[in-house]
Formats: sequence, structure tokens, C-alpha cells
Amino acid sequence: MIPLQVVTLVLVLLGAVSVVAARDVVRLTLANALYGLLLVVLFLVFQSPDVALSALVVSVVALPLVLVVAIAKGRGG
Amino acid sequence: MSLRTRYVLFAISATGLTALLLWGLAGLPDFGRFGGSYGVTLNDVAVAQRHATNVVAAIVWDYRALDTMGEELILFASVMATSLLLREAREREADRSEDAVHGETIRAVGLALVGILVVVGLYTVAHGIVTPGGGFQGGVVLASGLIVVYLAGSYRTYRRVGPTALVDFGEGVGVGGYVGIGLAGMAFGAAFLANFLPLGTKGTLASAGTITALNVASGLAVAAAFVLLVMEFLQELMVMRLEEAEK
Amino acid sequence: MSYFPYLVAGLVFMIGIAGVVTSRNLIHLVVCLSVAQSGTYILLLAIGYRSGGTAPIFKGISEKAKTVDPVVQALTLTDVVVSVVVAALLLALALDVQKNEETLDPEELPSMRS
Repeated sequence: MIPLQVVTLVLVLLGAVSVVAARDVVRLTLANALYGLLLVVLFLVFQSPDVALSALVVSVVALPLVLVVAIAKGRGG
Repeated sequence: MSLRTRYVLFAISATGLTALLLWGLAGLPDFGRFGGSYGVTLNDVAVAQRHATNVVAAIVWDYRALDTMGEELILFASVMATSLLLREAREREADRSEDAVHGETIRAVGLALVGILVVVGLYTVAHGIVTPGGGFQGGVVLASGLIVVYLAGSYRTYRRVGPTALVDFGEGVGVGGYVGIGLAGMAFGAAFLANFLPLGTKGTLASAGTITALNVASGLAVAAAFVLLVMEFLQELMVMRLEEAEK
Repeated sequence: MSYFPYLVAGLVFMIGIAGVVTSRNLIHLVVCLSVAQSGTYILLLAIGYRSGGTAPIFKGISEKAKTVDPVVQALTLTDVVVSVVVAALLLALALDVQKNEETLDPEELPSMRS
């Protein structure tokens, strides 16, 4: 196993813990977007460019936008 | 049962489950020593059989096209359910709100980005059979290009760029077209979702038969689904702002 | 060392499940569910990896080159896109609950009281 894969796997594990431990929803959105980026790097390191492409756009554009709107609606409504 | 009791119970069972899971995963072959025969066989024959250099695209839209049809139907049903759940009484009124971005730099950069993203999205869909890409990947990039219209422009422009009727129609055509292409194969005597179009030359855009057509249908369905989804959520926000402004 | 990716996949899945069980906010619950799902993606891709293999795209390389397994990538690819749409559906359900019950806390929802 090449060292790049080991480092990315460790970062993904830490990222998952940080997403679950985030109790404030705004920090949650940020942590989730960063976790998505870490997953994209992991997919690339595992030699899967197709999966990395779809995961990139989906976890950086679509999911944070939907989360932010849900949070805004949850606070104001 | 109080909260603490439930957490303690969960902690005990979670440790048990984790131990069982990790012990089960230890039975897998070593990392890097993949032994399955399906994948290795497909690697050897897919390029010659389908004239497509992207083997993953050949699997998603040809060898396992039935699974992809199921996934697209999940997508369709989820977006339909979300539209049903997020119906608002004051939709039409809220659609006239502007919610524009005021910074000049953001608008300028966003405008440039929209063109680039739409072109890259179409490129990714079209080249799915040759290089990494395909309907799903290109569809989400295309959708993000349209979402940037809201992020760097205004809500009103976003609604004009993706009117509900057009987006609904596009999504229906995408999912229905996928099933239609599968049925068209049966009209020619082949099996459902079999590759019946001429295969063309490997490495060019005009190759791989029905994979290209299914790519376009999937790309349309996925892009329309995401545009619709984001539109539904934003509409909720606009209605809430309208009601707050009236208080 | 060769067991490490499977360990990470199993741990990420259990961390996500622990997040779902101990969550006090429905939005946080949906995000933890998607974290648990990403554990399965890591597992799938780790199973298909071959040492020294490259991506299964045969443009520009010889057709006899050693590549990683394409089938697991095909499975993960559609799953990633569809899971976000389903997560959006779950968020819409959470918003609906908030409209009716005025709270986003799973502990305070009527049917959850013991």
C-alpha cells in the first residue's frame, strides 16, 4: 500500500469523526463539504476517476446548498 | 426507558457489532490482491466487444444497464416525492422575488463560471465512452453550472433559466428515453437494453452504440433532477422570506 | 497493513451509525446517515483495488495493462449521485416535521417519547 493511500485513509477517518462530532449545524455543513473533498482524494488514490468526478460535484455544490437551505428554513420557520 | 439507558444499551451492542464487522472484514482477500473473475474478464473483453475505451461506462450503461435503470427510477421517485412534500401555498408569489447578489466581482466570476461549467458538463457527457465521464458525472456538472446562476446571480434569473415546465419535461424525457431505448432494442429482435446500434470506431465519439444514447438520456435526467431539487428547496426559502418581510 | 482500508471502512460505517443514534438534530442525523453510506463506498473501492493497477480507461495505454476492477466502480458511481438526492428527500421530510411539530430534536417528537 503506498503511503499516500495510508495518509488519505487516516484523514478520512478523522474527517468522519469530525462530521459526527459537529453539533452546530453550520459547522456541520463545512465539515461535511471538507469530508466530501477528502473522499474525492481517496477515490482518486484508489484509481477511480469516474467516481471521483461525480462525488466532487455532488458533495461540494449540491449537498451543501440543500443543507444550507434546510438550516435557514429550520431556523426561521 | 430513559435516554442514558438507551445510550448505554447502544454502546454495548455497537461494540459487539463493530467487533463482528471487523472480524468479518478480516476474511476478505488482502488489499491489492483482487481475485474476482468478472471484473478481470470485463477488462479483457469490453474494449473489443463494445468499442468503448472507458470500461466503467460500458459496464454502467451496457453490461449492467438494468441496474442503472433502477437507480434512475430511484432518482426520479425521490425528486417527485420532494416536490410533493415541499409544495407551498404561496409559490407563485414567491417566484417573483429577486434575491440578487450585489457584489460585482461575484457576479462577474459567476457569469464566466456558468459558461465553463455548462461546456465541461456537455463535454463530460459526450466523452463518457472514451475518457472518464458519462451521463451521471456530466449531468451533475451541467446541473452545477445552472445552480451557479442562482449562487452568483439572482433567484429570478435562475427560475427563468430553468422554468419548471421545461425541467419537468426534460427529466421525463431523460428517464422515459432510457426505458424507450431499451424497448427499441426489443423491436429489433435483441434483448431489453441490449446494444443494437452500430458500434463505430473505438476511441472516437461515434462509437459504442446505445451507450452514447443512454449516456445522453441519463445526463438529461440527472441534470434536470438536480435543477428541480435545488429549485424546490430555494422556493421554500423565498416563501419564508416573503412571510418574514410581511411581519 | 493490508487490512487497514477495510478497518477504516468498518469504523467509518459504525461512526456514522453512532451519529444517527445519538443525534439531537434531524439535519445532523441525515448527514451522519450519508457518512455511514460513504463507509460502504470505501469498502467497495478497497475490495476492487489491485496493486500497481491503474484506472480502467484504456485510452492511451495498452489493452493488456493491469487495471483495477471496474465493476465496483460502476456500483459506487450511481450510488454516490442517487444517495444525495435521497438525502435531499430526507431533509425535506425533516423540514415537514419542523413545520408541524416546531422542533428538530428527535427526542422531543411525540412518537419518540417512551
